[in-house]
Amino acid sequence: MPSIEAVNLTKQYGAFTALSGLNLKIEGTKCVGFLGPNGAGKTTALKMFTDLIRPTKGEALINGVNVHTEKKKALASVGTLIETPEIYSSLTPREALTMIAEIRGIPHTERKKRVEDVVAELRMEEWIDKRVGKFSKGMKQRICIASALLNDPTVVLLDEPTTGLDPRGMSEVRDIIKALKGKNRLIFMSSHILSEVSDVCDEVAMINHGKLIIYDTLPHVTAKFSGGNNVVEVGLMRPVDNQIVTKTIAGFPDVVAAEKIGDKDLKISFSGGLEVQERLLNDIVKLNIGVVSYKPASSELEDVYLKLITATL
Amino acid sequence: MTQTNFESKNVVPSSIAQVGIITKYTLLDYVRSRRFFIMLTITALISVLLTVLVGYYRPAGFLTSELGFYSSWWGTSVTFVIILSGIFFGGDAISGEFQNKTGYFGVPNPIRRSSIYIGKWIAAFIASIAILGVFTAVTLGNGLYYFSGVPSQFGESLLFALLYLVAVLGFTFFFSSLFKSSSMSILLTAILFLFVFTLIQQLVAGLVQIEPWFILTYGSQIIGNVLTSPYPPNITTASLRPGGGGPTLTTYNATIPEGLAIMGIYFVITAVVGLILFERKEFN
Repeated sequence: MPSIEAVNLTKQYGAFTALSGLNLKIEGTKCVGFLGPNGAGKTTALKMFTDLIRPTKGEALINGVNVHTEKKKALASVGTLIETPEIYSSLTPREALTMIAEIRGIPHTERKKRVEDVVAELRMEEWIDKRVGKFSKGMKQRICIASALLNDPTVVLLDEPTTGLDPRGMSEVRDIIKALKGKNRLIFMSSHILSEVSDVCDEVAMINHGKLIIYDTLPHVTAKFSGGNNVVEVGLMRPVDNQIVTKTIAGFPDVVAAEKIGDKDLKISFSGGLEVQERLLNDIVKLNIGVVSYKPASSELEDVYLKLITATL
Repeated sequence: MTQTNFESKNVVPSSIAQVGIITKYTLLDYVRSRRFFIMLTITALISVLLTVLVGYYRPAGFLTSELGFYSSWWGTSVTFVIILSGIFFGGDAISGEFQNKTGYFGVPNPIRRSSIYIGKWIAAFIASIAILGVFTAVTLGNGLYYFSGVPSQFGESLLFALLYLVAVLGFTFFFSSLFKSSSMSILLTAILFLFVFTLIQQLVAGLVQIEPWFILTYGSQIIGNVLTSPYPPNITTASLRPGGGGPTLTTYNATIPEGLAIMGIYFVITAVVGLILFERKEFN
């Protein structure tokens, strides 16, 4: 089972503590979002997991292997994307990715196909033999993501992977990350885009001022900080009468509160799990009020984030 | 040594094999880069200039003897070509990994930093050898045009030049590891080799009157000196007044063992310190 573990992981720059005694063990095949404001220590932690910086104290372990004492073994099955790397400008994506494939020991017979497959996955086929020096930031980011996926890694460490990408690129990268989850991978990704984390991740770890604040599953985190209730947003085709919202819907079993957040949008808090969520959907559809969408509130994680992260820097 | 991860399907190559991989792709990057062609052009210009000047003016220093030709042509110019190659290919080899962020692409992989450092060093060495090869070929072409043979001392001088290239690249890589700014490392290396070393060497020898055995460029004198016959004495003291008496001027010439030792020691120390610096440097 893939795992990453921070044991009392600390990084100090003189008097400034960038990361303070981080203890975090993540095990299994899932996607974990790593959240925190600018300067919280997210990138610092990820860099210590990839040998870009060294811890002042503590250990960074991948699959139980210390990254700093046994780097080659620890990173053998890891794909990484930290910040936005640059690629030697004279090389083409094919050459740059073949270099990484050779470093990671992908057999000669599989190398060419593997490089072409990951480039195709990132929709960069027509650029595969063009020199990287002419690429935009987003195109380089795609090649770097391709590099992270090259050796079919068991652990994937991503630092704001959708930075620099256009909306379509962001959506494609999210789909790739979701697909990776289905292939028994442990994905640990930092992001400032909370809707992205809600969409892609199963668990979240939040840090602030170099300290871990919370690590739990996404439903637990949101439930814990929203009074134990779940929230769904309902989109309607036409405006709905207030009475239906405040009397009928609010009166459904397990519904804690229902409110209009626009002419054609409702926000409903309820207690209970997915069964209640399903029953609630059926009940609302039966009202024949023109339901066109029904989804967990995207602002839930943001609410939690704003409650926990009280100040930045 | 081959290591495998229990989770990995791939066998990570040995560190030595990874040095070869880094060398191959860095060399590819160098050969395609503008700087390689600029360096090649500079070398070609020096060669053409010497060819034209010697062909047109037929200076006595070049054409009175075979050894004198190689001493004047090769002995005076090759160290400049070597220093430029060192600056062009080694000046930002390591600092560029930080400033240009290419290190973020290569370092977070199952590869030791030492493999990256050594691989890049070998690539810079091979690229410089290619440049040096062009200059050597033109030198030999002209030498064979004016004289029938090649003196055996030229072979020695070529070997000393290669050792000097090794030492210069060791030094430029060390300087490149000191800084995270490419322009800073290139500029300081250029200033050191083109001005500071020579200046210190002259001040120490002329004013303090001690042998500047601790300066790399002093050791490199053997490249040109081996092409003079007889080999110049280690220490020469001459009076500044005609007929003798009064103040004297002492000049120093590195002996061959001294020159070899200076270049060898410079390489070993700068290579080790540069490697340690790169191992410890952080990508902040």
